[in-house]
Amino acid sequence: MAVTCQLFRVICGRELGQIWAPAILCQTCCQFSHPCKAANQPNAKSYPRWHLSRAYGTSAARPTYYLTPPQVNSILKANEYSFKVPEFDGKNLSSVMGFDSNQLPANAPIEDRRSAATCLQTRGMLYGVFDGHAGCACAQALSERLFYYIAVSLLPHETRVELENAVESGRPLQPILQWHKHPNDYFSREASHLYFSSLRTYWQELLDLSTAGEQPDVAEALVNAFKRLDNDISLEAQVGDANAFLHYWVLRVAFSGATACVAHVDGNDLHIANTGDGRAVLGVQEADGSFSALTLSNDHNAQNEAEVRRVRAEHPRAEAKTVVKQDRLLGLLMPFRAFGDVKFKWSIELQRRVLESGPDQLHENEHAKFIPPNYHTPPYLTAEPEIIRHRLRPQDRFLVLGSDGLWETLHRQEVVRIVGEYLTGVHQQQPITVGGYKVTLGQMQGLLQERKARISSTFEDQNAATHLIRHAVGSNEFGTVDHERLSKMLSLPEELARMYRDDITVIIVQFNPHVIGAQQK
Amino acid sequence: MHSCVWSSRALSPALLPRLFSDTRCCGPRLDRLVLWGSVRLLATAQDSHPTPLPSQARVVICGGGIVGTSVAYHLAKLGWTEIVLLEQGRLGAGTTRLSAGIVSVAKPIAIESQMADYSNALYERLEEETGVKTGFVRTGSLCLAQNQDRFISLKRLASRLKVLGIACDVVKPKDVAKLHPLVNIHDLVGALHLPRDAVVSAPDVNHALAMAAVGHGVQIYERTSVNHVLVEKGHVTGVETERGTIECEYFVNCAGQWAYELGQSSEVKVSVPLHGCEHFYLLTKPLQEPLPPNTPVVMDMDGRIYVRAWQGGVLSGGFEKNPKPIFTEGRNQLEIQNMQEDWDHFEPMLSALLRRMPSLESCEIHQLVNCPESFTPDMRCLMGETPGVHGYFVLAGMNSSGLSFAGGAGKYLAEWMTYGYPSANVWPLDIKRFGNLQSSRTFLRHRVMEVMPLLYELKVPRWDFQTGRQLRTSPLYDRLDTQGARWMEKHGFERAKYFVPAGKDLLALDQSKTFYKPDWFDIVGAEVKCCKEAVCVIDMSSFTKFELTSSGDQALELLQRLCANDLDVPVGHIVHTGMLNERGGYENDCSVVRLSKNSFFIISPTDQQVHCWSWIKRHMPSDTQLHLEDVSWKFTALNLIGPRAMDVLSELSYVSMTPEHFPSLFCKEMSVGYANGIRVMSMTHTGEPGFMLYIPIEYALHVYNEVMAVGQKYGIRNAGYYALRSLRIEKFFAFWGQDLESFTTPLECGREFRVKFDKHTDFLGRAALLQQRQEGVTRRFIMLVLEDHDTELDLWPWWGEPIYRNRELVGVTTSSAYSYTLERHVCLGFVSPPSLDGTPAVVTPDFINRGDYEVDIAGQRYPAKAKLYPFSSLFAQQRRRKDDMELSNFQGK
Repeated sequence: MAVTCQLFRVICGRELGQIWAPAILCQTCCQFSHPCKAANQPNAKSYPRWHLSRAYGTSAARPTYYLTPPQVNSILKANEYSFKVPEFDGKNLSSVMGFDSNQLPANAPIEDRRSAATCLQTRGMLYGVFDGHAGCACAQALSERLFYYIAVSLLPHETRVELENAVESGRPLQPILQWHKHPNDYFSREASHLYFSSLRTYWQELLDLSTAGEQPDVAEALVNAFKRLDNDISLEAQVGDANAFLHYWVLRVAFSGATACVAHVDGNDLHIANTGDGRAVLGVQEADGSFSALTLSNDHNAQNEAEVRRVRAEHPRAEAKTVVKQDRLLGLLMPFRAFGDVKFKWSIELQRRVLESGPDQLHENEHAKFIPPNYHTPPYLTAEPEIIRHRLRPQDRFLVLGSDGLWETLHRQEVVRIVGEYLTGVHQQQPITVGGYKVTLGQMQGLLQERKARISSTFEDQNAATHLIRHAVGSNEFGTVDHERLSKMLSLPEELARMYRDDITVIIVQFNPHVIGAQQK
Repeated sequence: MHSCVWSSRALSPALLPRLFSDTRCCGPRLDRLVLWGSVRLLATAQDSHPTPLPSQARVVICGGGIVGTSVAYHLAKLGWTEIVLLEQGRLGAGTTRLSAGIVSVAKPIAIESQMADYSNALYERLEEETGVKTGFVRTGSLCLAQNQDRFISLKRLASRLKVLGIACDVVKPKDVAKLHPLVNIHDLVGALHLPRDAVVSAPDVNHALAMAAVGHGVQIYERTSVNHVLVEKGHVTGVETERGTIECEYFVNCAGQWAYELGQSSEVKVSVPLHGCEHFYLLTKPLQEPLPPNTPVVMDMDGRIYVRAWQGGVLSGGFEKNPKPIFTEGRNQLEIQNMQEDWDHFEPMLSALLRRMPSLESCEIHQLVNCPESFTPDMRCLMGETPGVHGYFVLAGMNSSGLSFAGGAGKYLAEWMTYGYPSANVWPLDIKRFGNLQSSRTFLRHRVMEVMPLLYELKVPRWDFQTGRQLRTSPLYDRLDTQGARWMEKHGFERAKYFVPAGKDLLALDQSKTFYKPDWFDIVGAEVKCCKEAVCVIDMSSFTKFELTSSGDQALELLQRLCANDLDVPVGHIVHTGMLNERGGYENDCSVVRLSKNSFFIISPTDQQVHCWSWIKRHMPSDTQLHLEDVSWKFTALNLIGPRAMDVLSELSYVSMTPEHFPSLFCKEMSVGYANGIRVMSMTHTGEPGFMLYIPIEYALHVYNEVMAVGQKYGIRNAGYYALRSLRIEKFFAFWGQDLESFTTPLECGREFRVKFDKHTDFLGRAALLQQRQEGVTRRFIMLVLEDHDTELDLWPWWGEPIYRNRELVGVTTSSAYSYTLERHVCLGFVSPPSLDGTPAVVTPDFINRGDYEVDIAGQRYPAKAKLYPFSSLFAQQRRRKDDMELSNFQGK
C-alpha cells in the first residue's frame, strides 16, 4: 500500500493537490479509516489519463505470477450476461435478436453500471451504459431509475391515468419494465420508496401536461426523462431525508457523477440518447461481408469542438479560458455533460448549506468542502442528452454501447470488426486460396494452425461482449489476443489496475436483419 | 475420328491436363476401335444437329460415370442389345472426374473386397482389350496401424482376404520403410501390405469402359438429361428425357450424386437413400526427387488419410471427423463443377500427412481438390432392383469407393438383370435393405456425417450408429429406457441390447470399444441365467409382420407355393418355414401362423420388411380377393423366455399354460390382464421354453406392466438382444441375413425336416432341393465350440473368421457368441470339403466329425470342436418334446 501511494504521488506530481473528490463519496465507509487510500482513490474523470499503460513491463509493481487460462476466463466471464429475444413473442416481431453484456472492473468497486429492459406498456427495448466518477453512487442510481423515467415519458396519456388510478386505489401496478439483469446488478432496497415517490410526482406532472390521445415523441421523451431525473437527484439532495442513511445516500448520488449512453430500439427505430463520453456504434455489414462502424453518438468532452463551443457560449467571455482548461471542464472534469456532479451545478451557497446541514460524515472530510476553482456562473454542467435517431436497415447487424474504457483501448472500427467476425462466426474468415503462389505444405500447415488458434480463442467466449473485452484488454500490437498480456492486465493489484485501464462496460445488441428487412417494406 | 473428338471432349481436357497427352497418344488405336465397333453417332451439345434419340431401347442407363459405363459394359458383354446410356453432361464429369484413382481391396466386408478384386483385374486388362491407356499401375498398398487395436483389425482383414484368395502380408514397421521411402515409421505398430492394389486414372478407365461398351453396340448420348421414368402397372415402360421419350423395359439409375433426386422424380417415387459430402484431397507438385509412380498407396486410417504418388508428387486426401454434407436441398451440375477449396477444413488431414511423411514439408502445393462423394446410411452401396418398380435398377452410393467397386458392382448388377440374381450374395448391398423410412433428407444428412468418418474409424464388434436414432420405437421404449436399457438399431427400430442394473456404470462409449471381453459381459450373463432359470421379458417389436388374407384358399395356395414347409395345417398352428428361390436358397426365413382358414400371420426378421414384401408381391397373382397387409406397426411383441413364463401367463389369464394345454408352436388369441385379443404363441426364437405375445399397441403398456408385476415373484427381469443372441447361438439356431442367405439351402443347414417335398404343391426351389438331395450337399452349416480360448485374455470371435480343418482352409464363420452355459465361445459357420478333382466335394459326416478344426481370429488359430447338432444337455430343463429342434430360429442379428 505504502509503495503504491508513494508511486502514485511521484507520478501524479502536483496534480494531487487538485483532488476535489471528497473521500466520502466513495462507496464504503470503512475507507474512512484509511485516509491515505481514500485520498488516492483515483478519480476516473478528474485526472489526466495515464497513458503509460503499455509500458507496464518496467513498473515496480510488476506482477510475479501468471493467471492460467481458466483463471483468466473466470475473471472475464464473472459479469457476462446474455439475453435472447424470441423473434415473435405472440404479438410483435422483434427486430432485436438478443444482447450480450459484460463489464470488467478496474476501480474497486467498479464505477460503471449497465441496464437493459423491455418496455412492457409500450413497445421497444432499452439499453444503457453508465460510467460513474467520484464513486459509483450516481451511476447506480441511474441504472435503477433512468429507464423508469424514460418508460413513463413514453407512456400514452391513458396508461398514465391508469397507473395513477392504480396507485391511488392501492391496486397492484402493471409492471412497466421487464429488467434483464445479471445477478451482480443490484437495486438498492432502501431508496426504492424515495425513488418511487419522485417518479410518481413526475408522471403526475406529465398527466397534467398531456391530453388524451397524445402519443409522446421518443426523442422528446428521452430528453425530458434525462433532465427530469437529474433534477430529481439534485432536489432529493437538497431536501434531504429523515433517515440518516438515506440522507447520506442521496448526497452521495448528487455529489458523484455519471455519464449515460442509452439506446431505445422499437422495430426499425433506433434512438440514442447520450450524455457524456460513452458511445454507441452501429456495426454495418457491407455487401462484401466486411464490417464498418457508424457512430451514433457524439462524445461530450474537449475533443468535441462543438461541445467546447457550447460550454464557452453558456458562460461569460471572461471565463473562456478557465471554463475549459487542460481539456477538462474547469480543469477538472473530463465529460462535459453528466448526471449528478452538483459541485458543477449548484451555487456555492447552496453547496455550503447542504453540506452543513448534511450528516456528520460530510464534515469530517475536507474534500467535501472543496469548491472548483473559477466557479463563477454555475451551472457549468448539464445532463441534457443529445439524441440521434437512426432508421435501422437490414445491413445494420448490431449496436455496441460502451463506456469510454472500451473506446480508449480499441478503435471503433476495430470494435466493429471483432464483434462482427465473432457474431458471423469463423466462416467469414477469409478463405485461403493458393492461387498461383508457391506455398509448401509446411508453410500451409503453419498458417492453418495459426488460424485455428485464432478461431479457438473466439469460441472460448459464448458472449460477444466478453470476447470484445478480451480483445480490449489482451490485444497485442498484432491485433490478436496474447494470453500473457491478458494475464498480466487481469492480475494487476486493485490499486494499480486503474492506472492501466478504466472500467469497461459493453452491451452488444444484435439485430434481426430479416425482421428489419420485412418491416422496411 | 469422330470418336477421338468425342473422347477428348468427354474427358474435359481443360480440367484434366494430365490426361490429355495420354488420350492423344493412343489416338490411332482409338480409330481402329471405332472401325470394328459399329459406333453410332454420339450426341454432344457442340453438334449443331444432335443425333436424335432412339424411340425405343431394351435398357436405358442414366449416368455416364464409371458406374454407369461399367454396367453398360457388362450388360453388353452378357449379350444385351439395344442398350442406351444417357449422360446429362459429359462422360465422367461427375465424381469420376475427380476420383483419387485408388483401387484397393481393403474393404470392411467380403463382398466389397470381392468386387474390388474383380475391378482390379478388369482395369488391368482393359487397356489391352480397348487400347485406351488407363494409367493402371500395380503399386500395392500399405494400411498402417498406429495402435494395437488398429493392428488387430488389419490382421482380421488379412485373414478374411486370405479366404478370398487375395494376397496380403502383415508386415513390421521396418518393412514399411523399405516399401515406401517417405513414411515415418516411429509411431507405427505394424501394417498390412496388399501387393495387388493399384492406381489408375479413373476418367481413363471410364473412357475405356465407354469405348468397349460402344464397341459392343451400346449407344451413348451425352448432354441428355433424364426428366423422369415412366411406370405403368409397376413396370418401367420408358424414360422421358429433355430430348424426347425412349420406350424401354429396364432402367438403371447410376446417377451418383443425382440418384436420390432422379428416384424422387420418377412417376412412382423410388427411394435411393444417399447424400453428398464434400471430400478433399491435396495434389502437390513433384518432389525434388520425384516419387516413382509405383510407390505403394499408403492408408493411414488412424491419421484418417490416404496418400498415393501422383506425377512425381503426392495425392493425399482423407475422411475427416467433421465432414461437410452438401446438396441437402438439391443440386445442379454447376455446383459440382465449382466446389470451393477449404484449407481450414483440411488442416487436420494436412497435419496427419506431415506427421506421416515429414519430408513433404518442403514440397509445394499444387491444388486442393474438393470432390463431392455420395454416402449411404450404412456405408454400403445401393444395388439392385427397387422394391416398388419392376425393371427399375439402381447402382449408386459408392461411399467414395466408386472406382474400387464399379467393375465388380457393374458385373453383379448385369448378372442380376440377366439371370434374376447375381452370382454372389449381395444382400448387404441390396437396395431392398432400405425402405422409404431412410429417405428423409434430414436423416440422411445427419447419418452421412457419421458414415464418412466411419470409413476410416476403427470398427469393433457390435458397433452401432449414433445418429438418426429413435426413429421407430416400441411403445415401451421409455419404460425400458428408464430401466437402464442400452439400445441398438435395426432398420430404424430401437432394440434393447441389455439392461444396465441401477447403480452400475458402464464405460463411456469410446472406452468400451474393444476386440476383447466387453464390459457388458456380466450383465448379459445375468440376463441369460434368468432366461434359463426364471423368466425374462424381451421386447421384440421390431419384427416384420404381415397378414395375408383371401376370400377363398388363394392365401394358402400362395404360401404353399412360396414356402418349403407345409402350410396346410390346422388353424392355430405355427409353421417355421423358409421362403426359397428357384435355387433352393433362402429368400426369407419366417414363422407363419394360420389365424383362420384363409388368413395367415407371417413373422419375418426386422430387415425383411421391404425385401419380403416385394418377394411375396412379385409372386402374388393379381387377385383382388387376395390381400397382403404390413401390420408391423400394429403389434408390440413381447417375448417371455424361461421356465416360469407359463406361470406368469397362466396367472394373468386364468388359463393353464402347461405344454399339455398349450403345446409348442401353437397360437391362441386370449386375454392377458384386462387386455383381450392378445395373440399368444408358444415359441421363443431362442430354443428356451416360453411365449411370444403379439399385443395390439394400445395394450402394450398395460400388458407389460401386468407381466412385470405378476412376474415379480418368479424373478422376472428385462433382457436384451445380446442375451437372446447368446441363447440362440449356443442352440445352433441360424439367422437369416447373417447365417442364411439366398445361396444357402435348407439341406445345407440341417433343416431338411422343414422341407415338405411330398406336399401337393410344387413349391419354389423344390426341383433344386431334390437335385441337391440327390447329389449331396457340398457345404454344411456347423457349430464350432472354441477350446483353449481364454475369454478374459484372448480376442473374441465376431464373424467372418476363417475355419481351418487339418490346417486347410475349409470355410468361414457367420456368427458367434459366448455361451454362458457351456462357458465357451460358440461360432457358427459354413464349411465345404476341398475339392480334389475340380468338382465340389460332398460333405460327409466324417468330414465334420473327424478332423482338427481351428478358427482363425486375427491371425491366431484356436482349436475348436465341430458339431452338427447342439448339445442335448442344453435342453435338459425342457420337458422333452419331439419338436425340440423345431423351435424358431430366426431373429434379428
